[in-house]
Amino acid sequence: MMRLPTFAYRVPTDVAEAAKIIREENAMIVAGGTDLWPNMKRRQVEPKSVVALRKLDALRGWEWRADGTLRIGPMATLRELERDKRVEEELPALWKAIVSISTPLLRNQGTLGGNLNLDTRCFYLNQNYEWRRAINHCLKCTGHTCWTAPGSTKCWAVNSSDCVPVMIALDATFVLQGADGTREVKAADLYHVDDGRDWLVKAPDEIMTDILIPPQNGHRSTYLKLRKRDSFDFPVLGVAARVKGNGSVEAADIILNAVGPAPVRCSEAEKALIGYELKAETIEEARALATRAAKPLDNTDHMPSYRKKMIRVYVKRALEELAN
Amino acid sequence: MSKKKKYKYIGKAFTKVDGLSKTTGQTKYADDLVMPRMLYCKLLRSDVPHARIVSIDTSEAEAMDGVIACLTGASMPNTFGILPVSQDEHALCPDKVRFVGDPVAAVAATTEDIAFEALKKIHVEYEPLEPCYDPAKAIKNQTDLIHEYGDDGNVHKRVSMEFGDVDAALDDADEVLDDVVFFQGNTHLPMEQHATLAYPEADGRLTVWSSTQTPHYLHKAMSKVLDMPPSRIRIIACPNGGGFGGKSDPFNHEIAVAKLALNTGRPCKITLTREEVFYCHRGRHPVLMHSRMGLKKDGSITGIHFQSLLDGGAYGSYGVASTYYTGALQTVTYKVPTYRFDGVRTFTNKPPCGPKRGHGTVQPRFAIELQMDKAAEKLGMDPAEFRLMNIQPEESITANWLKIRTIGLRECIEKVVEASGWKERHGKLPRGHGLGLACSSYITGAGLPIYWNSMPHSGVQLKLDRGGGVTAFCGATDIGQGSDTVLAACVAEILGVDIMDVRVCVSDTDLTPVDLGSYSSRVTLMMGNAAIEAAEKAREKLVAAAAEKLEVPPVRLVCADNKVFDSEAPEERWMSFAQAVVYAEAKFGTIGTVGSYKPPRMPGRYRGAGVGPTPTYSYSAAVVELFADEETGAVDVKKIWIAHDIGIAINRALAIGQVEGGVYMGLGEALMEEMVYRDRRNGVHKIPSMLEYKSPTTLEMPEVETMLVEHPDPEGPFGAKEVGQGPLLPVMPAVANAVHDALGVRVDQCPVTPELVLSAVESKNKRSGPKSYPDLKITDTMRIKTPDQGGDGDADEPWRIKRKKKAKAPK
Repeated sequence: MMRLPTFAYRVPTDVAEAAKIIREENAMIVAGGTDLWPNMKRRQVEPKSVVALRKLDALRGWEWRADGTLRIGPMATLRELERDKRVEEELPALWKAIVSISTPLLRNQGTLGGNLNLDTRCFYLNQNYEWRRAINHCLKCTGHTCWTAPGSTKCWAVNSSDCVPVMIALDATFVLQGADGTREVKAADLYHVDDGRDWLVKAPDEIMTDILIPPQNGHRSTYLKLRKRDSFDFPVLGVAARVKGNGSVEAADIILNAVGPAPVRCSEAEKALIGYELKAETIEEARALATRAAKPLDNTDHMPSYRKKMIRVYVKRALEELAN
Repeated sequence: MSKKKKYKYIGKAFTKVDGLSKTTGQTKYADDLVMPRMLYCKLLRSDVPHARIVSIDTSEAEAMDGVIACLTGASMPNTFGILPVSQDEHALCPDKVRFVGDPVAAVAATTEDIAFEALKKIHVEYEPLEPCYDPAKAIKNQTDLIHEYGDDGNVHKRVSMEFGDVDAALDDADEVLDDVVFFQGNTHLPMEQHATLAYPEADGRLTVWSSTQTPHYLHKAMSKVLDMPPSRIRIIACPNGGGFGGKSDPFNHEIAVAKLALNTGRPCKITLTREEVFYCHRGRHPVLMHSRMGLKKDGSITGIHFQSLLDGGAYGSYGVASTYYTGALQTVTYKVPTYRFDGVRTFTNKPPCGPKRGHGTVQPRFAIELQMDKAAEKLGMDPAEFRLMNIQPEESITANWLKIRTIGLRECIEKVVEASGWKERHGKLPRGHGLGLACSSYITGAGLPIYWNSMPHSGVQLKLDRGGGVTAFCGATDIGQGSDTVLAACVAEILGVDIMDVRVCVSDTDLTPVDLGSYSSRVTLMMGNAAIEAAEKAREKLVAAAAEKLEVPPVRLVCADNKVFDSEAPEERWMSFAQAVVYAEAKFGTIGTVGSYKPPRMPGRYRGAGVGPTPTYSYSAAVVELFADEETGAVDVKKIWIAHDIGIAINRALAIGQVEGGVYMGLGEALMEEMVYRDRRNGVHKIPSMLEYKSPTTLEMPEVETMLVEHPDPEGPFGAKEVGQGPLLPVMPAVANAVHDALGVRVDQCPVTPELVLSAVESKNKRSGPKSYPDLKITDTMRIKTPDQGGDGDADEPWRIKRKKKAKAPK
């Protein structure tokens, strides 16, 4: 890995100014830097200008509103959030996702907003410049072929965020502020483009200013993560699950991540749960349906066939956990 | 144990002499060195796997501001390589590249960033050649050969030898086990990336600081490629931030940066990136193995036929030795009366493999220990009992003519069996939980040097100062294993001085006598013996001078506690150590002594007998406890008990540290580490990064209970044997055997990945691993009579080595 290339480092003090600079200078955003800086060192991206969010105080902190909604500023560090007892108790899926990210040291630096805007990852992409030259580069970075699926016209880089599937399962809403104004977007709608080059449905100058998690009245949630080591590693399968109802299931969310460019909602599996108790047969049916929803390819750690098999195991274990 | 001597340091846990400087960050590694007017060097590496170089145009790079010089292979036509038989490397490829990462040009610039940018301005035109990534394909002749030399086609080396009649022994057996096992390649992953600083001295000499384990061999290679006499080149090996065998070859970057320094007249430094360290590699060979073992119902082994196919990568490196090593040490743990070995090493278009901790013996040990487990199962015996009844006797010679001296394997097995509760728990734990046992052995220093010569393997010089200080000079290199501390401890123990009064001056070819290098677990034994000899000579002089002054016979004098005193009247008749040096210097002149060490002659005399012998073997046994998840195949190692026959520990804390380090590295190999390439994507390395080349973190490291088995070996300094490499070996097979105990499945492949465990669970025959071994068309097998057959150590005709008769000196 090389050192950082030369670039202009901008540190605006209000969001509108930040959005303006991004639009004018075609700048990229840096929060904690644990994703962007290594990508720049590998020359995956070479922005001429980078806008740092560190002086935007409005983007820090989090509070529980009277109606039970949790509002998180995207610049809250992962470590700060994991230390919050109420987050741990009321939003176990989010807490589990956060504590599974990388290492404690990197969570001191990394932010929740950064994780939700994490660039997609791929074994053909997250390599240094010389390596990528040896395969004549890839679709996401100056090349013409997706080496993960050479016949494909889309990029198969993987959404490797732990928090993204959780936000979708918890029905979170994000507030985005851009040069043209402010809007709200449902978590599920921010990630619905299934292409690793263009994985966020937002304009480059739109900055995430608020993460709003509604009260989880009666919902139970969890998050399970497949990876080789219990630290450092990105997920190669993430399962966020949420159910409502004691006895028979009234509502269910099963979201997979890190199996493709976009998170995957297992709608068929969810339907199979509604109206039934979380018993062995129900779970068996749901996990079989969930497995059909994703098609992992060979561009992360672990064999793709293994990752697909593990969907069965991880969905089962998540639902069993919620049954108890 | 017989009489145990009382020592001040030996056998104790004491602080490393470089401990403070390491823990406070003051140790200067090669990349820490900075000089005025220093230039930064970067290498342009091939982005194609196999090609002829048509042209290289550096003019655009040379025109850049800040670029001082460019270099191509044309100016360094001489080849080099660690072994005299494999001089197949160039500092920069002049006409052909052999893997993605092979260096073709070098740039020296005023900053590292400019050097990096300049690489993009060097234009290389390649004419592609057909690449070969698979050893099974490499054994068939190809049109586009990777090298012009070798045994045939892309086969680098073929070895075949038979000790006794193995076919008859297998016919005679009640059971013959037949296993095909694969061990994937992996790499050293030292924390420190290789770095070299070259400085052209004003008088025309060249000084090179480098992170190398073998300054002496680098010295020779540097002289050869640069066409400079060794007397004008000075190599200083900096303390290495980990080596593990990955810094024991002379490297292209070391020579290229030296040439740039000479060409520019300015100091020039190169520090490799992590990706480049993966390309240097020289790590564990991927080896496919086929082992047939004959067994009698009573549990004895009738013979073993062992075959190995090594994927060597693009260059020779230590490969010829690695090939022999995959067949050498199968016989030193258990009684194997007849033995045959066929080994083949192939060239492929991937980074070159070489020696990694346990060099070449790790893969066959994995195969043999799995087979021992299966043999015990087949015979209905306990795996520990089965091993115990087959242990090779002490002071014996094996079928392949290796001389065994002390062997503490029995005690090693007994200790781990006892500590782990093996007898009560093996085979009886709930499903998913398992215990596995494996044993191993390793050399304490190679019996022969890398190039043929009859000089010592290690030399130590001592200089005694009038103020009471002692300086020990030795060519050995501290790669973190603690050789500086061992050197100081041996000297301090004999001279009776405080260890911190011994200054070590090491690994500097201008100042220190040759030590062959930090490889083959040789340094403690060889340097230690040399140090003891030098220190004893110095003590003799001090004692002679002190005896005169104190008017007591020299035999009564003792050197201890920084004093020389009369053992019969320690309070009355004594002088300080410094005073004794003063008297000795007055009596004898400047006090300087030397010691050197050369291993004893080995009984094997056949071609290839040079790989395997050692002054003495270390032994280890380990029990692994783990949980294997039958739904995910994931393996969670809970605890490891390991016992190591070390002769005696020079420094107990360092010895235990080496055992734990070996276990840690072994677990990485057992569970996850893999050097894998994309055959269909130009042969690129799949994952040359520390994030995606998975190596265990502290979270994966279980509790390790280390037990040292100590019976001083007559060959070792104070009785010491090696500990740097041996304890790694039993870890991988113990893990695989424990998975069998946990789930009843056999994973005949390393690493034991979740994918393989799961596939074994889901398979009909409850096994995963390679299916078959290719027909390597072995014909000319060299036959050697075993000691039991009355052989003389040499082969039968026509393979017998013709020796000149030596005239005996008249008595």
